[in-house]
Amino acid sequence: MILSVDHRTVYRYTLPVRGIVQSHRLTPSIFDGQKVLDWSVEVSDGQKGGGFRDGAGDWVQAWTVTGPVSEVIVSVRGKVETIDLTGLLRGHKETIPREAYLNATAPTEVDAALAELAAAAEGATDRLDAAHRLCAAVSEAINYEPGVTAAHTTAAEALALGEGVCQDHAHALIAIARRNDLPARYVSGYLHASGDGEPHEAAHAWAEVWIEGLGWIGFDPANGCCPDERYIRLGSGLDAQDAAPIRGISRGSAAEILDVTVAVQAVQQ
Amino acid sequence: MGEASALTTYFNEMYQSDTVRLPYARLEDWTRSMPAELRQMKQAEAESLFRRIGITFAVYGEGGDPDRLIPFDMFPRVFTNAEWTRLERGIKQRARALNAFLLDVYGRGEIVRAGRIPARLVYQNDAYEKAVAGIVPPKGVYSHIVGIDLVRTGPDEFFVLEDNCRTPSGVSYMLENREIMMRMFPELFRENRIEPVDRYPDLLRRTLASVAPPKCNSEPTIVILTPGHFNSAYYEHSFLADLMGVELVEGQDLFVEGEFVWMRTTEGPRKVDVIYRRIDDAYIDPLCFRPDSMLGVPGLMDVYRSGGVSICSAPGAGVADDKAVYTFVPEMIRFYLGEEPILQNVPTWQCAKADDCKYVLENLGELVVKEVHGSGGYGMLVGPKSTAEQIAGFADRIKADPGNYIAQPTLALSTVPTFVEQGIAPRHVDLRPYCLVGERIELVPGGLTRVALKEGSLVVNSSQGGGVKDTWVLAE
Repeated sequence: MILSVDHRTVYRYTLPVRGIVQSHRLTPSIFDGQKVLDWSVEVSDGQKGGGFRDGAGDWVQAWTVTGPVSEVIVSVRGKVETIDLTGLLRGHKETIPREAYLNATAPTEVDAALAELAAAAEGATDRLDAAHRLCAAVSEAINYEPGVTAAHTTAAEALALGEGVCQDHAHALIAIARRNDLPARYVSGYLHASGDGEPHEAAHAWAEVWIEGLGWIGFDPANGCCPDERYIRLGSGLDAQDAAPIRGISRGSAAEILDVTVAVQAVQQ
Repeated sequence: MGEASALTTYFNEMYQSDTVRLPYARLEDWTRSMPAELRQMKQAEAESLFRRIGITFAVYGEGGDPDRLIPFDMFPRVFTNAEWTRLERGIKQRARALNAFLLDVYGRGEIVRAGRIPARLVYQNDAYEKAVAGIVPPKGVYSHIVGIDLVRTGPDEFFVLEDNCRTPSGVSYMLENREIMMRMFPELFRENRIEPVDRYPDLLRRTLASVAPPKCNSEPTIVILTPGHFNSAYYEHSFLADLMGVELVEGQDLFVEGEFVWMRTTEGPRKVDVIYRRIDDAYIDPLCFRPDSMLGVPGLMDVYRSGGVSICSAPGAGVADDKAVYTFVPEMIRFYLGEEPILQNVPTWQCAKADDCKYVLENLGELVVKEVHGSGGYGMLVGPKSTAEQIAGFADRIKADPGNYIAQPTLALSTVPTFVEQGIAPRHVDLRPYCLVGERIELVPGGLTRVALKEGSLVVNSSQGGGVKDTWVLAE
């Protein structure tokens, strides 16, 4: 499948700021499931900083904008050819050992309810089966419902609410996978809405779980499946903040108003 | 002295029964020829010199003005050249192994793959920085200033108490102690041939310059990054900046633009190539680490990771000096260097292991127990010096979180004569030399000797009533 992406993020400031520094993970990962046909990231009035491939295999690109500036636009455009590897992250190069993904972070701390949810892995025939059971348990426990949770909501809070978005689903799966001693991480990327009536978010997030013998495998509890040719993978981290496609800080005391639009379309099936 | 210490004999570095050990030969006459009044006068003079210079240290958790003067003892601690030569080899060996370990665990992790150190101890360590995995710092060096704490228990017995790979402090005392001794007792420096330590700032500057980043193609600009004047070691930061002739900056003085880090100056922005930071990893870049930090420089880590600036010590260096990883340093020396360790570790029990924990809880009265991530002598138990009540309280803390504690035998720390109210008396000491690692490995002959001023005390930390001494290495 060939997917086209048009992703625009507009930052508006109530007062001009003195400068902006951003760190991007906005370039599709290199692995057997996807191939970049063309890709560009632009920052209005921006100066390109250093770029490098980090230990997780992600391309990180720094940008700065020298102020005073009251609006910055980050535009991502491109085409990616994808194939369905049933979630397998095959051919991906990285340095960070899987043990590093057993470390809990604040949004993925396990409380009593998550510990109970983690018991869904009991009786599994193997680790892959355990991961599938955990993914299904999260899909079941947290209904897709935009607007009830926020960026700082933890997995425990989302589970208590029983509602959330893809970030909450991913955090919950990561938390209970690690609880079962399975290394797990947060993945950010894009998803093509296929018009099948299911809820989708074009700027999407899911989880990857390390299965000994197979490697990293993607699980998307928000959609109850493993990533296929509708998914574009950008980067990973211990949690949403660690894997954020855009991290930024502005120098100044102005309030920031964010406006994001993402369109992912299939240009060729 | 307490009960336990009455059973132990301590190595006195000056006196062996009634004879004076060779390195101290000339000091006996010096102390004899110094009447009490002169001694008191000199002590007062030393203190006023320290006050004028402004050397203070901060003590936390005791209320009142936290800035106080660190007590200086005028009686020097002396090593022969032969003693020092062996220490020097051992220290450099250890500094090489620690850096090889860091380069390895942020690269292929051969030592873990070989099963010589448990993966979890490294990769699930709080000090392991995923953000720098796969990044090779200039010259492959992560820890540019390695402070190795040593204790002595006999003529030839030295033990490494801990390694400090991040930002070991105290080197300003090494330099100031010497300066003040030379001012007050110039005759001692004529009578004894003492190796100088004043090359340290120049060696530090050269070490930092030798690890300039790949994108730097001229004489590198070096700065010291301090968290600010409220930090307990601020004096040292400004002292070293002065001696090296480099700028002392805070996070707000630096900014990232394009591919580099810049310093605000009256003549406009100036590119910075090497940052000797005295700020912890967690605070150096809110974009990469703690987002609430106001002390660091947003975007610094991306510049570092793309080769635009060097950070000393490199982020992530702390994973080598953790007290649980410490146990494996002799293994690192064998694994990376193919050598036997010249300096020994103190036997260490890890409470994370059930058997060790059981032993520790049964023998708390004889052991020293420390927090795995603690420093500065806070949160530790010295069994032989503690009451039954304190020991019982500590046992509860260990049981609640065994993984947080390690224990070591109470070492019979050597003593050095020290000026006390009643005259001269032996007091326990340790030693922290500062090994510099860049293109070359350098060590000035000396270090910081800390002395436990309380009679019988084995805790030398300045926060716990410790003082400092000038440390001499005699020339051949």
